[in-house]
Amino acid sequence: MTAVFKHELSNYFHSLTTYIFGAFLLAFVGIGAMIYNIQQAVANFEYVLGFVSLVFVVIVPVLTMRVIAEERKQKTDQLLYSLPITTTQVVTGKYLALLVIYLIPLCIVAIYPLIFAKYGEVYLITSYGSIAAFFIMGAALIAMGTFISSLTENQGFAAGIGIAVMLLNYYSVSLAEHVSATAFGSAAALCVLGLVLGAVIRFMTKNENLTYAVTLGLLVTVGIVYFTDSTVFEGLLPKLMTQLSLFERFYKFVNGVFDLTAIIYYLTVIAFFLFLSVQSLEKRRYN
Amino acid sequence: MIKVEHLTKRYGNFTAVNDLSFEIEEGHVYGFLGPNGAGKSTTMNIMTGCLSATEGHVRIGGHDIFDEPDKAKKLMGYLPEQPPLYMNETPLEYLKFVGEAKGIKGRELAGQIKTVVERTRLEDVQNRLISKLSKGYRQRVGIAQALLGNPGVIILDEPTVGLDPIQIIEIRDLIKQLGQEHTVILSSHILSEVQAICEKVLIIVRGKLAAFDEPGNLEKLLTASNTVSFVAEAKVWEIEEILQEIEAVSDWQIKNPEDGRVRVDVRIDSGEANDICRSIFLAFAEKKRALLELTKKGANLEDVFIELTEGESEVAD
Repeated sequence: MTAVFKHELSNYFHSLTTYIFGAFLLAFVGIGAMIYNIQQAVANFEYVLGFVSLVFVVIVPVLTMRVIAEERKQKTDQLLYSLPITTTQVVTGKYLALLVIYLIPLCIVAIYPLIFAKYGEVYLITSYGSIAAFFIMGAALIAMGTFISSLTENQGFAAGIGIAVMLLNYYSVSLAEHVSATAFGSAAALCVLGLVLGAVIRFMTKNENLTYAVTLGLLVTVGIVYFTDSTVFEGLLPKLMTQLSLFERFYKFVNGVFDLTAIIYYLTVIAFFLFLSVQSLEKRRYN
Repeated sequence: MIKVEHLTKRYGNFTAVNDLSFEIEEGHVYGFLGPNGAGKSTTMNIMTGCLSATEGHVRIGGHDIFDEPDKAKKLMGYLPEQPPLYMNETPLEYLKFVGEAKGIKGRELAGQIKTVVERTRLEDVQNRLISKLSKGYRQRVGIAQALLGNPGVIILDEPTVGLDPIQIIEIRDLIKQLGQEHTVILSSHILSEVQAICEKVLIIVRGKLAAFDEPGNLEKLLTASNTVSFVAEAKVWEIEEILQEIEAVSDWQIKNPEDGRVRVDVRIDSGEANDICRSIFLAFAEKKRALLELTKKGANLEDVFIELTEGESEVAD
């Protein structure tokens, strides 16, 4: 794992996208700090991070697009498979290297509240609480990006899908207000989701029996629950969309609440997507 | 050293490797021979743990590649068909990464890198970017990578494909040298290459093992498809007259009958090629007609395959 980690890290320092990622992050934090903390003279640094979180939608996919897709394109994934290291070690090594790359600009950002504190009263606890949350949320997005990169060998495609998925996640709360809150609407949406999940499983495993079993299982479950107690579905879809949003949970930190459930949610998302990335790499051994 | 038992790999309905079993002993150069799509790369990928098998086992030095991949993989080095190189690195950086991933550390790693760089003669280019290297050098970097950790078995998938003739000769020499210290398995679809380097040959046809023998014996597998080809300075009717008098010769083909130089391919149905050459030479000499060229067309891979695949289908019928 350390070999992969060191190798990735040295790769990132030779790559332009890393510097673009850092520069964009710093630039937007700078702009945010100028607008909120200097021009509007607000003493809360967390608002700046709330403002910057949208930038992640673009810069995270750009950072993560190459992480596994590039290996596939250069056929170096064959080397990784033939080396005496497990795919879990490969994914962990790569992910940790990405975290370090992400942590470097964040360390610079972490100095800002201290600078502001010299010129006025800054509530440092919420500032650093939200920086910590900002880091973990970004880490969750990076895990998502890593998984998307593992699905394809085309970096542009990985970036495009990444931006689309993260944008959807960002706006899912606003969208939740406009989707149908009726039981039927939610049930229908769940059926569609089941079909989409089936398509994804089919694409990933190329196993038709598994696809049919999972999809039918989901559809039948939704059907049974709907006909026995349809109230379960009332307002379920908007609620689900709000719950799944990574960004919405971050605004709690911006508002000064250190929400442990959100942290656990982020960690779960990280573990889930890293697990999927390992499976996605492992699957290529079987197709 | 390597034991492959009932290996089968299916992709949906397509069977790439079909019940393949063989055993490889220590200290020889082995050649996997087969036409494109015969299952050579698939077999090699399974043997090195890059691919799963539908059925069967592969044991490297007693370790099952699926159950104990770590131990098994440490015993071999693998160069896939397309060298897995990071183009934006130098050979030294690349070898350092591979070495560390193989669990070699510190001074030991530096020493090993130095040795493999010397063995693959990469000293001159070790600090240049891999993307700037020629295909021959890239192939050497790939071989150097496989040599790290000093594994007992080196597996090379089509190591000379896409190289120019000089590079091919250099890589073949390198493989021969490696064969003195390691067990080398290489795949190829070029028979002459396998004949030149390998001590034992496995022929794979449609995912099945068609033959496993020394290259010399393989030629003998060709019973009926040898030809003798010659260029004579004579008129076509003269040649036909001479050939008709030779008893062992019954089937021939005359090509480009212009210029007074005629090329003739004689098919040998029975008898030794040397005897037929002798009779042809003496018969032409007797009539005072010059032979400008006389060659035995040796075993040709396609013929081996036609022979072996025909044999297969006959068995199947």
